[in-house]
Amino acid sequence: MRWIKGFGRFWWDFVIGDDWLAAVLVAVAIGVTAAIAHSHITAWWLMPVAVLGVLWLSLRRAIRSA
Amino acid sequence: MSTGNTFLILSAFLASAVEMVEALTIVLASGLARGWKSSLAGLGAATVVLAVLVAALGPALTAIPLNALRLAVGALLLVFGLQWLRKAILRASGYKELHDEDAIFARELAEAQGAEHLERAGLDWYGFVLSFKGVLLEGLEVVFIVLTFGSAQGSIPLAAVGAAGALVLVAGVGIAVRAPLARVPENLMKFSVGVMLTTFGIFWSTEGAGAHWPGSDASLLGVLGFVIAVSVLLVRLLRRERMEAVPA
Repeated sequence: MRWIKGFGRFWWDFVIGDDWLAAVLVAVAIGVTAAIAHSHITAWWLMPVAVLGVLWLSLRRAIRSA
Repeated sequence: MSTGNTFLILSAFLASAVEMVEALTIVLASGLARGWKSSLAGLGAATVVLAVLVAALGPALTAIPLNALRLAVGALLLVFGLQWLRKAILRASGYKELHDEDAIFARELAEAQGAEHLERAGLDWYGFVLSFKGVLLEGLEVVFIVLTFGSAQGSIPLAAVGAAGALVLVAGVGIAVRAPLARVPENLMKFSVGVMLTTFGIFWSTEGAGAHWPGSDASLLGVLGFVIAVSVLLVRLLRRERMEAVPA
């Protein structure tokens, strides 16, 4: 059990890191892109804009918690 | 060679070089403090584990449909890349300390020199484990990048070429100077890797979600330009904000 927890912890730290909110927002942005694209509306612009917002928010959170 | 493939090799090279510089620091500290036999055995054992991982996961990834793979890989790279980019921007704007390979080497060396001697299988166990863990952990990032970049772009061998080039360069320079590569512009390289991971993450997650880029692969250049411009702008903004916050 400890090994499984450690394994999960390692991959969480490795991929998600110290800002889980950024990961959640990226997932939401991808979901919205998929929904727009499947409605046959141009959707390529959404991810760059979303990343700009997520990065800014993530930086503010990192600075606040420093 | 297409824009995508050029980026693929360059990104794999840069990301691998950064991780290998860090792994080299640990192997050197272990070798100098605990003996080269144990340190090199740890390096060799970790390399075998990493090679097995690539051999096992590589073919499995290529069996997944490309759009599903790009969606998963794009999302992973984007989350992973934003971590790198955030840290790089915080370092460049002065909110986070710069990565100092000399200081890390001194700390690892002091810890390794102070540890008790325990011999197993004819090796100094501390030296072996230190080197093994260091190479395995840094190497896992290389494996992750090579497999995700390679599979999503449709060529794991091309990504492996980039990583192999970095290995040859870092190992060669490491053997020649026998000191941590403190003069490597590591923070600039990390910034570049963060930019590239984020660029590929945006590109593939968008394609995987079912949207199409105008100009197909060529739009990678546009995404790259956008990510660089945003990152530089954020560094300037945060740097100015930090300077204004410091009392005169």
